[in-house]
Amino acid sequence: MNQQSPRLPDSPMIDLQGVTKEFLKPSGEVHTVLRNINLRVAKGEFCSIVGPTGCGKSTTLSLIAGFEAPSLGKVQIKGEKLEGINSRASCVFQTENAFPWKTVIDNVSLGLRLNGTSKNDAFQEARRWIEKVGLKGFEGHYPHQLSGGMRKRVALAQCLITQPEILLMDESFSALDVHTRHLMENELLKIWEETSASVFFITHDLEEAIALSDRVIVLTAGPAATIKGDYRINLERPRNVAEIRFDKQFAELHEQIWNDLRDEVMVSYASANNA
Amino acid sequence: MQVQTTLNTQEEIETRKKEMRIRASKIKIRNLSLQIIVFIAIFGSWEFFSDKNIIDPFFFSSPSSIVKQIVEWVIEGTSQGPLYVHFVVSFEETVIAFVIGVILGVIAGYALGMNDLLAVIFGPYIQMLNALPRVVLAPIFIIWFGLGMPSKVALGVTLTFFIVFFNAFQGVREVDKNLLNNARLLGANKRQLAQHVIIPSALTWILSSLHSSFGFALVGAVVGEFIGSTKGLGFLIAQAQGAFNTTGVFAGMVLLSVTALAANWAVSKLETRFIAWRHVRQ
Repeated sequence: MNQQSPRLPDSPMIDLQGVTKEFLKPSGEVHTVLRNINLRVAKGEFCSIVGPTGCGKSTTLSLIAGFEAPSLGKVQIKGEKLEGINSRASCVFQTENAFPWKTVIDNVSLGLRLNGTSKNDAFQEARRWIEKVGLKGFEGHYPHQLSGGMRKRVALAQCLITQPEILLMDESFSALDVHTRHLMENELLKIWEETSASVFFITHDLEEAIALSDRVIVLTAGPAATIKGDYRINLERPRNVAEIRFDKQFAELHEQIWNDLRDEVMVSYASANNA
Repeated sequence: MQVQTTLNTQEEIETRKKEMRIRASKIKIRNLSLQIIVFIAIFGSWEFFSDKNIIDPFFFSSPSSIVKQIVEWVIEGTSQGPLYVHFVVSFEETVIAFVIGVILGVIAGYALGMNDLLAVIFGPYIQMLNALPRVVLAPIFIIWFGLGMPSKVALGVTLTFFIVFFNAFQGVREVDKNLLNNARLLGANKRQLAQHVIIPSALTWILSSLHSSFGFALVGAVVGEFIGSTKGLGFLIAQAQGAFNTTGVFAGMVLLSVTALAANWAVSKLETRFIAWRHVRQ
């Protein structure tokens, strides 16, 4: 362990070491979802993970969140082995984060209320976050009264109010229309730049991954997916997600990563057709 | 922008608003008058046929005599004592049965919903009891608890319990997995998960079962009174039937349905209070 320390003064925020995840199928066969994943995400790094459908992106996320334990290998968070739920992380899901029976302010303040903050302090902080994500005036609304984009804003505020060191995002914006999506992506980058959270962003959209990230990881097609490529994205920040797509460097990166990803998509497509 | 302002002068808005209001009230009046016409058609023809002896008033009575009977019961009391006594007894039985049934149902549904082992062990037995037509338990309850209130309450409880139980169970099982995971990541412990996620989510299911379960509590009370009692609306109906007083039977039915309607209204109020988030619309 000591050899690493000169290169990495701090232990990485997320450290997956030889992680394999297997499920036992009812037929008695073992289904390997992930095989020998080695991945480090540094503090404050924005890391995206792309791969064809069903390759185990979401499984990786639930390992980091602590919803599930790896079959082999270990998950370390800041140098400590992760046991149970990851208390340093919060997650914006693909579907809903907001509790439909709570108003916006109750939803946003929930994380603080759960750890015992007084209602007054929690609400005050929640108001600040609600304003930050641009929902001022909607404190008393219920989630079903808001549009899809606004609900994602609630989700972001709800996740970030506890100042997590890791923000997990599971295809968070894939249900939004493309304009709202660009808007939310810009918003996410703006807020993220103010925090020092590491982001672990799952998407099937390579453009989104490149536009947002410091680093893009490509997974091979499942089953037994593993890391195929690891690309550093050195585009300048702050970025405008909607416009960076026209950047020459962006196009080059896109082509390069897509060459990698395409084969895997074809494999996954072929196996889906054979099944 | 200009188009907007020319079309939206204060005056125009006012007239349009007025038009919309008039249209809405027209629809309201139409619906109401249709409802009244149906009422008049049914009860008018009943009254008419019975009056002309086309249908035998002895077996079918008539709306006017039913109203007369109710008025007489209210003013002079029934042959079995004042009306309100029977009313109060039936109402009390129903409410007590309802409350006990709901509490037991929620507790059992929550416990079995949260604990797979309990669900596996008790599931078949609950299914078995639920398949049993519960009304056949009435004689046994009367033997156990006597002719008084407890036997009717017991019957009402067995009827309400299962409806609430199944809904509570389902409600606990159907909690969105993402929401649970989200609350866990936000730092909820077991008690907080129940308080913030599981119970509110199950509450929508439970509350939607209350309408039908109150009806069943009433069925329990009345059926219990039919089979053996000394007070209550069911007893009153049974007495009227014994005396071949068709009008009395119908009058008892009317009183029962009024009670049920009132209860339904109360439960709706409760519902809007507890799951306000579902009803708030923009």
